[in-house]
Amino acid sequence: MTKDSLIDYTLHLADNALVLGHRNSEWTGHGPILEQDIALSNIALDLIGQARYLYQYAATLLSGGATEDRLAYHRDGWDFKNCLLVEQDNGDWAKTILRQFFFSAYQYYFYQQLAEGKDRELAAIAEKSFKEVSYHLRWSSEWVIRLGDGTEESNRRMNDALDQLWRLTGELFVPASYEKQLSAVGFAVDLAALQPLWQQRVADVFQQATLTQPASGWQQTGGKEGRHTEHLGYLLAEMQFLQRAYPGNEW
Amino acid sequence: MVDKAKIWSLLEQVNDPEVPVLSVVDLGIIREVAGDTIPEIVLTPTYSGCPAMDAIRMNIRMVLLSNGYRDFKLTTVLSPAWTTEWMSEEGKDKLKAYGIAPPLPLQQVCHPGLFVREEAVACPHCNSYHTTLISEFGSTACKSLYRCEDCGEPFDYFKCH
Repeated sequence: MTKDSLIDYTLHLADNALVLGHRNSEWTGHGPILEQDIALSNIALDLIGQARYLYQYAATLLSGGATEDRLAYHRDGWDFKNCLLVEQDNGDWAKTILRQFFFSAYQYYFYQQLAEGKDRELAAIAEKSFKEVSYHLRWSSEWVIRLGDGTEESNRRMNDALDQLWRLTGELFVPASYEKQLSAVGFAVDLAALQPLWQQRVADVFQQATLTQPASGWQQTGGKEGRHTEHLGYLLAEMQFLQRAYPGNEW
Repeated sequence: MVDKAKIWSLLEQVNDPEVPVLSVVDLGIIREVAGDTIPEIVLTPTYSGCPAMDAIRMNIRMVLLSNGYRDFKLTTVLSPAWTTEWMSEEGKDKLKAYGIAPPLPLQQVCHPGLFVREEAVACPHCNSYHTTLISEFGSTACKSLYRCEDCGEPFDYFKCH
């Protein structure tokens, strides 16, 4: 049924934004220098703001007492539909930067197309979010170049990050069951059309960063269908603790 | 009948809690005052995650309630997305007087290429264009950090969006 797919699709987009937003917020107070601590905290704020609009929309589609907070704090790991890339642990600065760059490049083209989509609410959220993601992409692209083309150590760390994250980028372009159903009625972004744009962007930045794109190779998938890496459980345990211990508690 | 002019003038009393010299009208986030019998105030957020939005909605309620309005509606719209182009000229002057460089017009480059900076941002203290970006992100989502190379003062720039 299309409505169920639209709910899953909206939750998928919300979970992507919330999980990466939460990961970035883990840097707050721990950034390498104050300005970049503030930068990541701001990006976290944008992403969590986007997640709120998406959860609010999913809640109206779900009805039956669903709220944005219940969707964020009372679902289990297997209910989350975020891609595997965003849930990975922060690692060092290089890994955080590369994860942000891969995802921002994806979100940039994704929102651009979703803003033209048939669902008016999703289109409005995408139009708003696109402007924010433009900043995220610029900021993370510059950092990939700065680190890749930086010192011997920063280059080595970027290559280590690349080894860990590359195999998780393929999932971004593999449609989940709900995306296939929505694509059939023209509601979902065409991921196949997105992939070459993303690859080109990555190639351009990598070229300036003196990084080599790995040969495609085997790609891990499953997050969009609720099969996650071990990292998500730890994230949820921390993020959801308060609402699990004191359901419905408010400040 | 809804006295829309009255409501607009009341909204001018509601300030952005993070940039208190700007009213919500200066900021350009009030898109419309509508309604025939019950006033409807249509507003749009600056940034998705702006924590000031909840406070702004509450402050609008407080101002309307304390002026005798019991029934009214606050509606949030996301599209068209807010842009600094909607900030009033008066608002830009107020920002500068407050020590925040106002946003450059959008016809100038808002999202230049990598490592390319926006056209020179004037220091709000000494008007020098000899300024340097310190960080793309500042104390709030809507600002970035600059330093003036002439008077040596750091300052916020309300970035064009």
